Amino acid sequence: MSFSFTDEQEQFREATRRFLQDKSPTTEVRRLMETSEGFDEAVWKQLSGELALPGIHIPEQYGGAGFGPVELGIIMEELGRSLLCAPYFGSSVLAATAILEAATEDWKCELLPALAAGEQLGALAVTETGGRWDSDGIATVARDSGAGFSLTGTKSFVVDGLTAGFLIVAARTPDTGGEAGVGLYLVRPDDAGVTRTPLETMDATRKLARIDLLDAPARPLGEPGADWPALQRTLDLAAVALANESVGGAQVMLDSSVEYSKIRMQFGRAIGSFQAIKHRCADMLVEVELAKSAAYYAAQAAASGDPELPALACLAKAAASDAFVSTAASCIQIHGGIGFTWDHDTHLWFKRAKSSEVFLGTPDHHRELYLQRTGV
Amino acid sequence: MSELSEFRNQTRAWLETSCPAGARGPGQIPWGSSKIPLESDVRLWLERMAERGWTVPTWPKEYGGAELSRDQYMVLIDELKRINARTPLTGRGVNYIGPTILEFGTHEQKERWLPGIARGEGGWAMGYSEPGAGSDLASLSTRAELQGDQYVLNGRKTWTSDAMDCDYIFVLARTDPDRPKHQGISLLLVDMNQPGVQVRPIRLLSGASPFNETTFENAVARADDVIGEVNAGWTVGKRLLQFERSTHAGINISGSQGGRSAESNLAERLKQFVPSRDGKLQDPELRERLVRYEQNGHAQRLTQKRVIEELKARAPGYASSAVKLTGALHTQEGDELLLAAMGTQGIVWDGPGLERSDSEALRTWLRQKSLTIAGGTKEVQLNIIAKRVLGLPD
Repeated sequence: MSFSFTDEQEQFREATRRFLQDKSPTTEVRRLMETSEGFDEAVWKQLSGELALPGIHIPEQYGGAGFGPVELGIIMEELGRSLLCAPYFGSSVLAATAILEAATEDWKCELLPALAAGEQLGALAVTETGGRWDSDGIATVARDSGAGFSLTGTKSFVVDGLTAGFLIVAARTPDTGGEAGVGLYLVRPDDAGVTRTPLETMDATRKLARIDLLDAPARPLGEPGADWPALQRTLDLAAVALANESVGGAQVMLDSSVEYSKIRMQFGRAIGSFQAIKHRCADMLVEVELAKSAAYYAAQAAASGDPELPALACLAKAAASDAFVSTAASCIQIHGGIGFTWDHDTHLWFKRAKSSEVFLGTPDHHRELYLQRTGV
Repeated sequence: MSELSEFRNQTRAWLETSCPAGARGPGQIPWGSSKIPLESDVRLWLERMAERGWTVPTWPKEYGGAELSRDQYMVLIDELKRINARTPLTGRGVNYIGPTILEFGTHEQKERWLPGIARGEGGWAMGYSEPGAGSDLASLSTRAELQGDQYVLNGRKTWTSDAMDCDYIFVLARTDPDRPKHQGISLLLVDMNQPGVQVRPIRLLSGASPFNETTFENAVARADDVIGEVNAGWTVGKRLLQFERSTHAGINISGSQGGRSAESNLAERLKQFVPSRDGKLQDPELRERLVRYEQNGHAQRLTQKRVIEELKARAPGYASSAVKLTGALHTQEGDELLLAAMGTQGIVWDGPGLERSDSEALRTWLRQKSLTIAGGTKEVQLNIIAKRVLGLPD
């Protein structure tokens, strides 16, 4: 297995980057993050139509482009650079991956083409008010009345949950605990018993919702009560994607720090000439490069079906989260007073870094999983 | 079948039959010194690999190499690792001065030196640092004066690792004291087997003495043994430092040292000293440090692989500074963890009831304080990254 991106992949990255530079300058990010839906329909249409990004990793038989986790990683890295406000992570990564990993063939045929075309949005609801990412955190109950399933419980921190046209909800059969009994269910948000409430998020570029379910009608997506392994794989793949997004963001923080260090004059010289700044920037580079190795390699591992993927996903998520948070904090520090103002852009990435750090589990959570999965 | 997988199959078959049992697993690795006797299997392994050009797999055939492409090189290293074969030849010959001669030497110099280096004929010392020139290397004051067809050297070099067992030394010396300090330096190859070269051991904090001070008193070098232009030694010498750093970083593809055996299992070592349950360390702080260590090591190994893959040329780039630094910090953290687990048992290094491996852990911890100093300090590496990679101003 190798790291190298092919020429085609590099061209794809270039095209994606150009599009995002054009459509998502920080003025646009700031405009959209203040809106309740959080994205621009027209840009999403272009991104779906011209670039076909939402279906990049969805097989052609379901209307996707038929590429895989490496191309998805490239897109995510570029999204991390540009902070595009769009339901890409919630719908194209989380919901689509859950369907690919857990759903029956019928469901795949029904749901994926519209997701791939960007015409329909989905969201994956795993966490509840406690914010836990392990199976014990799932308390929402799925009851089978014989005539159909209904869900009762509260889901929270659901990415793009407010704008999604359908919800994939993790719930458990009554009187089960742990990994046993967990299933994924399709819920229509307009049905009776479903209440969606927006959460005011620190990172306004990534919208979260709370979803209250009271005997809400639901249909099983895979095998009721036996979906945990598929959900776990979904979360691993999402962790790899999020790790790639984070290294994109971390690189921006490093570049911004270096650029400012070269132009900001104090004591009659550029602050980048001071060793304290030099070494801080060099430390940032080292951290970003190690995290990139982990993120890129994990994406390759996902693409080639490497059995080490579960461990590599943890490694990538922990390393990339740490690198993003620490480079963003350094970027604020190096910018001095201007760095902690609202008007300066650094806080946009800093907040994304912090919300991505805990999303899908904290670095500590992933370190613990890594130990378990590598058998240390 | 692709050419590469055909190469892999042939390589695997040849290695299986050609690598003797005594050259697999931990053990002796030659570095060229004529003063250290080689075990018979080790010598056999070296001879077989050298004959195939695989002690320096990427070098041109005419100078002792096999002209392997980078992809073929990676396959060879993979296959060496697969059978746990030790590298047939390491040292400053194949890793530092060899690739430097290859890049800067004349055809005549290459013919004279490289085949011997590829066969492991002669151990090389490094004459760089001086008592008054450490991180500020260009302040060196060892002089080399041209007298007829030879240079006469006078001065003192320090931290010359392994010099007592070396046959040759490459020396940065001042050939023009009237020029600015970076512009009057040359890189010379010197035979250590002459009365003008004296070696005195320096005892280190670990108690061992692999370091030396090497003194030149009217020592001589052939005038045609200057590598690169006379007075251009700073450029040539800095290049050699990149080869040194990339060797420390595990990303130098000059020799076949990628075949080093895997690291020992630190988790298992720790469990010998501190309580564990169901295979888990009980001390949460130690466990946290261990997993960070393991993850860093993993990211480090992946980065080495990525850097090698991304190498455009044979010569390493400034990424070697980053990887050298993180590798050094990682290794030191492993030493620290082991000492932390050993607790009071870690303060005695000899006496009844002590395991040999325990006392070695302590000496290793002491010795490896050098990792963030030797080959350019941590601070120097950070400066190089800031200046050369990030372009920050002076």
